[in-house]
Amino acid sequence: MAKTVVIDPITRIEGHSKITVYLDDQDQVADAHFHVTQFRGFEKFTEGRPFQEMPAITARICGICPVSHLMASSKACDDLMAVKIPPTAVKLRRLMNLAQLTQSHALSFFHLSSPDFLLGFDSDPAQRHVLGVAAKYPEIAKDGIWLRKYGQQVIEWLGGKRIHPAWTVPGGVNAPLSEEVRQKILEGIPHGIEIVRRTLDFWKNTQGRFADEIEHFANFPSLFLGLVTPEGHLEHYDGFIRVVDADRKIIADKLEPTAYQHHIGEASLGDSYLKAPYFKPFGYPDGMYRVGPLARLNCCDACGTPLADKELLEFRALRKDGAVLSSFYYHHARLIEILFALERMQELCNTANIMNTHVRAVANPNKFEGVGVSEAPRGTLFHHYKINEQGLITWANLIVATGNNNLAMNKGIAQAAKFFVNGKDVKEGALNRVEAVIRCYDPCLSCSTHALGQMPIKLSIVNARGETIRELTRY
Amino acid sequence: MSDAPHILTLKIDDQDVSAVEGQTILAVARENGIAVPTLCFLKGLSPVGACRLCLVEIKGVPKLLPACVTRAAEGMEVTTDSPRLREYRRTILELLFAERNHVCSICVSNNNCELQSLARAQGLTHVRVPYRHPRLGVDATHSRFSADHNRCILCARCVRVCDEIEGAHTWDIMGRGIDCRVITDMNQPWGQSDTCTSCGKCVHVCPTGTLTEKGVAAAEMKKRQQFLPYLTAMREERE
Ligand code: SF4
Ligand code: FES
Repeated sequence: MAKTVVIDPITRIEGHSKITVYLDDQDQVADAHFHVTQFRGFEKFTEGRPFQEMPAITARICGICPVSHLMASSKACDDLMAVKIPPTAVKLRRLMNLAQLTQSHALSFFHLSSPDFLLGFDSDPAQRHVLGVAAKYPEIAKDGIWLRKYGQQVIEWLGGKRIHPAWTVPGGVNAPLSEEVRQKILEGIPHGIEIVRRTLDFWKNTQGRFADEIEHFANFPSLFLGLVTPEGHLEHYDGFIRVVDADRKIIADKLEPTAYQHHIGEASLGDSYLKAPYFKPFGYPDGMYRVGPLARLNCCDACGTPLADKELLEFRALRKDGAVLSSFYYHHARLIEILFALERMQELCNTANIMNTHVRAVANPNKFEGVGVSEAPRGTLFHHYKINEQGLITWANLIVATGNNNLAMNKGIAQAAKFFVNGKDVKEGALNRVEAVIRCYDPCLSCSTHALGQMPIKLSIVNARGETIRELTRY
Repeated sequence: MSDAPHILTLKIDDQDVSAVEGQTILAVARENGIAVPTLCFLKGLSPVGACRLCLVEIKGVPKLLPACVTRAAEGMEVTTDSPRLREYRRTILELLFAERNHVCSICVSNNNCELQSLARAQGLTHVRVPYRHPRLGVDATHSRFSADHNRCILCARCVRVCDEIEGAHTWDIMGRGIDCRVITDMNQPWGQSDTCTSCGKCVHVCPTGTLTEKGVAAAEMKKRQQFLPYLTAMREERE
């Protein structure tokens, strides 16, 4: 029987999970799996509830990206009502979604992952967290904190409540933008842009040190899936689904997000509550695809904002003949997306009808089935509901970003484990790298309570007879 | 005997107060700016003493009595706040929370709910009895309103307002004890009720997120109860 290394739960990602690294009889890594124990029951739990409650209910799935669920859920509700929401409401939702992208990416990059880049993957785990960064690199920590706070504040200014704003509702949003808030949003943008630009410079300068990580962090060909605008530009709220392959060749384009079921199949894996979606035409498991910042940049033809587009050109140069494949570059993509988000927010705040007060469409449900798709910071998010004639939910299906990445994450950690974990004498730094692969995808697993970056980690090495021969616990 | 109202004097929380004969302790307390928590009571509807949140201590009476239905009497000494009363009120609220599913965060009445604000006022941070988690249905058959039985506390305000003010008597309560349920007509779906005039009064007097307007999202349901005292006053004038 093979030996098993278990990392449980992962530190510095949101929520609870564990990694199992399977060793073969020669104590070499055979495979690795990422188990997720979240997302249970939400679909079941919502049965019989009025559909209008769905945004608020599903926003509770995660304390880190409630806004993303609000977006996808509200869109699914719009679809049930069969309304086209007022154009200003679309812009305001976009604004909030981009603010969410900014704060979430900032959290992922600065708070959760920068300890690895700045202090080193092998550095003392007791110091390898955002406070350790703050002690050694106060400027960078300050930048990260500012950026995250700015994103959160925009959400709060718009929605009135930072964590679970009830502002995005079926049919639109429940209050128009005020001039004061518009000004406040605009005021922060130049500083935000400055921060992202210097962080990008810093990031590019550190790359030489991470050749191994770049090479072995989930660096493999796969499909990439993301939303793009009708012109093929970067999109986070609406648009069409595009799928590209490892050569950045467009495999499928202009797919109607509401028809996702025609294109995406869902396999269930026995060892995880997370389903494993795949691109149907390629079958399972060849249809494995990645979503999220890396996928979105691989999918789009351009960002559509000047500074982000300049960065995108450099990003493309990382792999001239195709899509950027190493998941290590999720971090890089995240920075470019923050830049894009800030530029786009500025643009939105300066559009003519942004202050319009008609921001909500009112209607009864007019369809029995509705789908809402948006891009969460971590990737494409699908909400799909069915209701009865009273408007009560009879069935719901959610595909969350982390679910979309499920197959790719498993493959990625297996790859990293094979390179960094040698036999049963596993070093903490090696395990940190295996975990760090997961952190590249920034999976949002449940709640934000562990956001400060020190979640307990447990590693078990189980020998051929199923006995635990070594255990590493870190708090 | 003269027709002049008989004036009584009594003490509430050591404060000398006067009352007109027939007035309830609650009415006297409120007139004198003494706060007594209530839930089933609503000015303009006949009091029923259903929730027991307004319990007060009366000197010489071993039992606690509900202020909303107990009449003031000459020489009474009433206490509206004591550790014992607080413990009772807290427990009553906890039992209400445990009985059905009051998940505030996703409720349309979040931040506009009388049960929630009472719990806040009484400093309720957790419930010491196990939650029952019943799976009760939502009646969304009415075209404009819905009834989420998971959130009903059986205060019977809807029953009273429908009967006493609207005169339709659509609402009633069926069953006993833990099986009690508010029903429309002979327990048929609200949307099929022959008597319901769709006036919406029940929706606005309901203290929780049970009876609500359709189409509202979380925390959007704001109840307007100002109509009630006006309506009652107008009717009394006419009589
Ligand atoms: S439906 Fe509302 S008003 Fe009627 S008994 Fe229940 S809680 Fe009270
Ligand atoms: S308010 Fe007196 S018993 Fe309910």
